[in-house]
Amino acid sequence: MSIEVRNVSKRFGSFQALDDVSLDVDGGALTALLGPSGSGKSTLLRIIAGLEWPDSGEIHLAGEDATPLTTQQRGVGFVFQHYAAFKHMSVRENIAFGLKIRKRPKDEVRSRVDELLDLVQLQGFGDRYPAQLSGGQRQRMALARALAPEPKVLLLDEPFGALDARVRAELRVWLRRLHDETHTTTVFVTHDQEEAMDVADSVVVMNKGRVEQVAGPRELYDAPANEFVMSFVGQATRIDDAWVRPHDFELVLVPNGSTREAQVERVVHLGFEVRAELVRDDGETLAVQLTRDQAAQLELERGQIVYVRPTHQTTF
Amino acid sequence: MRKYILRFLALGYLLAVLLGPLSMVFFRAFDKGTGALWKTLSDPNTVHAFKLTLIIALIAVPLNAVFGVVCALAIVRRRFPGAGLVNAIVDLPLAISPVVVGLSLFLLYGRTGWFGPWFARHGMQILFALPSMVIATIFVSLPFVAREVVPTLREIGDEQEQAARTLGASSWQTFWRITLPSIRWAVIYGVVLTTARCLGEYGAVAVVSGNIEGKTQTATLRVQDAYENFNQSGAYGISLVLAAISVVVLITMTVLRPKEEEAL
Repeated sequence: MSIEVRNVSKRFGSFQALDDVSLDVDGGALTALLGPSGSGKSTLLRIIAGLEWPDSGEIHLAGEDATPLTTQQRGVGFVFQHYAAFKHMSVRENIAFGLKIRKRPKDEVRSRVDELLDLVQLQGFGDRYPAQLSGGQRQRMALARALAPEPKVLLLDEPFGALDARVRAELRVWLRRLHDETHTTTVFVTHDQEEAMDVADSVVVMNKGRVEQVAGPRELYDAPANEFVMSFVGQATRIDDAWVRPHDFELVLVPNGSTREAQVERVVHLGFEVRAELVRDDGETLAVQLTRDQAAQLELERGQIVYVRPTHQTTF
Repeated sequence: MRKYILRFLALGYLLAVLLGPLSMVFFRAFDKGTGALWKTLSDPNTVHAFKLTLIIALIAVPLNAVFGVVCALAIVRRRFPGAGLVNAIVDLPLAISPVVVGLSLFLLYGRTGWFGPWFARHGMQILFALPSMVIATIFVSLPFVAREVVPTLREIGDEQEQAARTLGASSWQTFWRITLPSIRWAVIYGVVLTTARCLGEYGAVAVVSGNIEGKTQTATLRVQDAYENFNQSGAYGISLVLAAISVVVLITMTVLRPKEEEAL
């Protein structure tokens, strides 16, 4: 089911959360809303779900105007950052909630819940209460609960934000696989660009209540639409009027005309790569990314003088 | 060492101001033997007083329970204008002396009061009858449910309710299946406190009831009556029953409550 956002604006007091936002999400796509906090991404998601009302603009679901519909009527699945588990219900009861509300027959509810427990790998946890689960398990339960009524749209608000790094990485892979199996139109909110690029087919970059760019992960990185996207998605250093990615520098020990002098401030070994932090003669700092071999060859150390030249730069 | 001193002080204080006097009531009630006690308690006017107290509680408690939950929802969720005002005045009954409440009801429902003449014309007796006693009791026991429920509602937040709505639940379904189960212990605790307050109410009811034996005399009024008429064992007997009810209710609560919280 496709989602269309048309000229949506939303204000909270004096804060403009969304400023005339329009967005098309194709049916079956996996889309990330990416932006810093306060960029309006969560507000947009909640407006799509009907949990907030836009001050102006329209929301269309599957080509039909859903703006006047309540959350209850929109039939979207929603996953909250802090799980919103029904604490007084067991895992089974949580997952069955949407089905019971729809008065589905008992047998059907039972088999659907079993199926979902399998899907989210919580077999054997059905009779536990949310308080007895880990964060990752709770979020998987919340996902199963949202999926139970077979929503045509699945919306996730920073779904992995409250989890530790390892569980987060696991759930990312898992969400991607889930989407590949079900092809439910999915939109998730994140402030983590790596997460957005890792999971989504299409990334919507938001800033200050506006959409800055909509693109696939690769295009977003290689052809950012503006300076905000350039600096927010991936790292970039500004040199005069141009922006340079950390891996687009050449580092040499002998000046060759087009290079500039810089001093090594710090060398960081990140395992598979090495990051050198340089200070140029004009005081500008640069982060340069090198392979292990390059770094070994240059024998970089703190205080050393090197010569640096951008191999690729972007201007706006 | 300090721990023991604190514990000793706390227990000593409770003993001195609560348990001591209460146990005196217990012993004095049995002063003249169980026969005399039974005679007092089975007196038709005493039985009537207890019945009246129960009837008032049975009307006031459910009304205040519903009102308290609605009030708490209004205060915490602020879904309508004036919620702040509700929050401010819901505590009023705790601050006002019950006697003043009784007198204000007199001003409203008395022969020259605002509503008094209207009710008189329609043949309804408010003062010196059950209605005014119920109103007075409702007034003094009003804040307890709301005060218990408000912090719990704040604590649970409204994410669970939002989740229920995205899953297709109506407001009504959300309330019954999500909100109420989450706050049920606060509601029950509030109801217990409200009940205790209703059973124990004296001041406001004393003013509006007229204290007519066998007609508008509640259990607490009868205690005072018996005491003034030098019927001490009668006074202590009735007090004993009132105190026993409260103690039993509180113990039941304490036994039930922790178990339930573990499951949450």
